[in-house]
Amino acid sequence: MPNLKELMQHESFFSPGHRMCAGCVAPLVVRQVALAVGDTPVVVANATGCLEVASTIFPYTAWRCSFIHNAFANAAATLSGVETAYRALKKQGKINKEIKFIAFGGDGGTYDIGLQSLSGAMERGHNMLYICYDNGAYMNTGIQRSSATPLFADTTTSPAGQVSSGKSQWRKDLTAIMAAHNIPYAAQVAPSHFMDLMTKVQKALSVDGPSFINAMAHCPRGWRYDTREGVELTRLSVETCYWPLYEVDHGKWKLSYKPKEKKPIETWIRKQGRFRHLFTDKGQTEIKWLQQRVDEEWSKLLERCKEVG
Amino acid sequence: MPVPTERKAQLLSGNEACVQGAIAAGVRFFAGYPITPSTEIAEGLAVELPKIGGKFIQMEDEIASMGAVIGASLAGLKSMTATSGPGFSLKQENIGFAALTEIPCVIVNVQRYGPSTGLPTSPAQGDIMQARWGTHGDHPAIALMPASVREAFDLTVQAVNLSEELRTPVILLMDEVVGHMRERVELPATDEITVVNRVKPTEDPEHFLPYKPGPNLVPPMPAFGDGYRFHVTGLVHNETGFPSGKGKDGNILVRRLLAKIEQRQPSIAQAELYQADDADIVIVAAGSVARSARAAVKEARAQGLKLGLVRPITAWPFPAEAINSVATTAKAMIVAEMNLGQMIIEVERAACGRVPVIGLNRIDAELITPQDIIARAQEVTKNVR
Repeated sequence: MPNLKELMQHESFFSPGHRMCAGCVAPLVVRQVALAVGDTPVVVANATGCLEVASTIFPYTAWRCSFIHNAFANAAATLSGVETAYRALKKQGKINKEIKFIAFGGDGGTYDIGLQSLSGAMERGHNMLYICYDNGAYMNTGIQRSSATPLFADTTTSPAGQVSSGKSQWRKDLTAIMAAHNIPYAAQVAPSHFMDLMTKVQKALSVDGPSFINAMAHCPRGWRYDTREGVELTRLSVETCYWPLYEVDHGKWKLSYKPKEKKPIETWIRKQGRFRHLFTDKGQTEIKWLQQRVDEEWSKLLERCKEVG
Repeated sequence: MPVPTERKAQLLSGNEACVQGAIAAGVRFFAGYPITPSTEIAEGLAVELPKIGGKFIQMEDEIASMGAVIGASLAGLKSMTATSGPGFSLKQENIGFAALTEIPCVIVNVQRYGPSTGLPTSPAQGDIMQARWGTHGDHPAIALMPASVREAFDLTVQAVNLSEELRTPVILLMDEVVGHMRERVELPATDEITVVNRVKPTEDPEHFLPYKPGPNLVPPMPAFGDGYRFHVTGLVHNETGFPSGKGKDGNILVRRLLAKIEQRQPSIAQAELYQADDADIVIVAAGSVARSARAAVKEARAQGLKLGLVRPITAWPFPAEAINSVATTAKAMIVAEMNLGQMIIEVERAACGRVPVIGLNRIDAELITPQDIIARAQEVTKNVR
């Protein structure tokens, strides 16, 4: 693959000038995906969400490709139809072009309301890549918890207060759920590690069948951090092993990056306003639990990847 | 935001008043899913319900939210959900289930511009017919349309009461303007609020038939765990609650579901009449549009044009009697609504050709203004004379 500088010379299917918030990491994810795709024509389906809303404000669009926004729950289902029709047309000799099919959805549209349609698409084996930009809550409607929201995060529907310490559940392990569909390729990425992200997108698009990529995408509004720190926080989510980078290639689990020194979870959450309530005397216990769970999940992953801890 | 025990002036939005109304009416369970412009109701109840021993659950989508509301109601709690257009569409199958199985519950729909994702933050009244016919099959429907923040409170209480009394889903059909508008309101004190609770069975469990109607055609309802055999199914059932597979049981059941609402219809169907008695032209408008209509009536009368207002408070059952009462005195009726003509169908039905019925419709995501109404009234005056 050419280096980033060379790639940047290229006009990609996602253009600048969209209206995502300053400090939002989601458009970085899309940009890197677009750079990795290169000149191959793509059809993009986008579930309802920040990305869809802020990249398509009429009379502008950031998408230099065929684009469909259907509803919140059904990006994967809609793209299933497009991809199936494409295969039929190709078989009839009415289309000769090689076209790739990519769906984008936030965690709400992927982990929650869109899970059924995503699962169906993966199981049926459509030739598509589904990319979730996971910012860990319903940011478009004003920061409600989702099943991707981290334990103890404060959201408007898991409010932290005198009695509650924020969300009381651990996040759903969506990447593992997708891997359990026995699809050819599933991976977890973060745009702070862009070469890894782009390599994985190319792998995902080269397999025969469905693939899934889960991308960490910090949100300054919901996480309440300084807009300058988006990428740095993304890096910390990897360095603390809250968001490990790995792939499941034809059933084989492989760790993509192992931090030289695993940072304490505190370094990541301290910079986020949604965890502010934990930085009191009482909150120390919660931080300890959070660390414990991160450690457990990390060891589980190391074992799956046959790595030594 | 606790419910005050005595009257106190507050600055509230319609969605916030709905939260308070729900708590005052005894709602202790809410399951929902974020959707503009209703999300403040979920957010408000997420904060308030745990403080009073209630439960808030955010579900994975609207289908699940409606399922959880039905489950919680069966377990004995007064239950509610809130949504908007796309979510209202997703809830429809379960709303039909709640109607057939007679599970009390309240569905708040803060209407937004549709169809589909539409204009999520813009007002509309396009769900009037969906509130009546959104789910398949013949079924009863009650839908209330508040026009002010205070009324959002009152009608939330009433929606809960009606659903408990009649064991039927009730829809609170707000619109974006009422949901997000802030007004100074004085909410009633706790002892001024009537709260209705579902009737529970008293007979011994041995002889209990869960779908044997009481005197008001409503079967008493045990909660799961009360010790009664209570089989609930979306299949057509007889008085035992078990599926019968017989058309004749369907005929008895569905007719009773409609009859239990119909026999209460005169007291459920409500409308407000404002200077309608001597009006030459009667405006029919509900929800936020009725506020513009009221202003138009005042302004037009000052100019010598005799307008009046009929404001349906219940979209369903439709207050046909109110239309009937002015159908012979008015020279024309103008039905103003933020859709392309839904309520007008009911107005025409009630007016029975006795008076010309003219539509005033906007679907440009803007509220119908008093000026729009006066202009149309002037135009109509020219034509009917």
